Amino acid sequence: MSLVEIIFWFLSGLALISAIMVLLSKNPVHSVLWLIAVFFAISGHYILLNAQFLAIVNLIVYAGAIMVLFLFVIMLMNQNAETEPRSKSTWIKLAGAIAGGCLLIVVVAAVRDSENLIQNIGGKAYAKTAVTTHGEIGLIENLGRVLFTQYVVPFEISSVLFLSAMVGAVVIGKKD
Amino acid sequence: MGAVYLIALIVAAVAFSAGGILIGKLLNKGSKNPQKGEPYECGIAPIVSPWHQFNVGYYLFALLFLIFDVELIFMYPWATVVKEMGMVALVEIVIFIFILFLGFLYAHKKGALKWM
Repeated sequence: MSLVEIIFWFLSGLALISAIMVLLSKNPVHSVLWLIAVFFAISGHYILLNAQFLAIVNLIVYAGAIMVLFLFVIMLMNQNAETEPRSKSTWIKLAGAIAGGCLLIVVVAAVRDSENLIQNIGGKAYAKTAVTTHGEIGLIENLGRVLFTQYVVPFEISSVLFLSAMVGAVVIGKKD
Repeated sequence: MGAVYLIALIVAAVAFSAGGILIGKLLNKGSKNPQKGEPYECGIAPIVSPWHQFNVGYYLFALLFLIFDVELIFMYPWATVVKEMGMVALVEIVIFIFILFLGFLYAHKKGALKWM
């Protein structure tokens, strides 16, 4: 295994374990912290795919700002242990298991015949790792060049979108 | 060769933080008692759970922070090309920031940034 493959499998395992821990943690704040670990692993994948800008955006916006929103949502909810229903009914557990199993079947059926995910090394089939070393569009400099020449009008219009989001947030959040 | 440095740096980073925790554990000879787990060692003991419902108005700060965060994301690719593009890029970003500044003025005027 090459170094890149080792990093790929390490990041994949980290992302999956962290994602499972998001669901298993009893404390919602711990769930948020595990979710940050997931975002870091995903950012590592973006860097492997030569998409530096996406990696940075993922870290700054998702692991930074969106997580602050999540924490605020958790704080807005009343999380007293006494008022929370402790045990879910058996039917809900059964329905969840069936729904999750159906999703698993669909994903496995879609993935197992896909040619793009399998590579042949010496007559044996291996899972392909999501790694690319070519393709320069993800580099920040190229993105900036395209964004500020070809797509400058959408860029300026996006600021109006932010403006409307800001005004909307103030109007909704400020009740007086 | 760069890969070796990368792995060495990762190992060094993990070893540094793990070493700090380990040394702290080894040197720490304090006794454990329930008072140490409390948020304050002196003063009035907390009588209720800290899980309170917060005012929904605080959510506004997070939303505004998110918007300015995304604005800064746009300035990152701009900063890499501003030298070669010169005046054009500068005008573009000034327009962008001006429009967002209007939103900031609106939020400020409405008193959305005042602490409750």
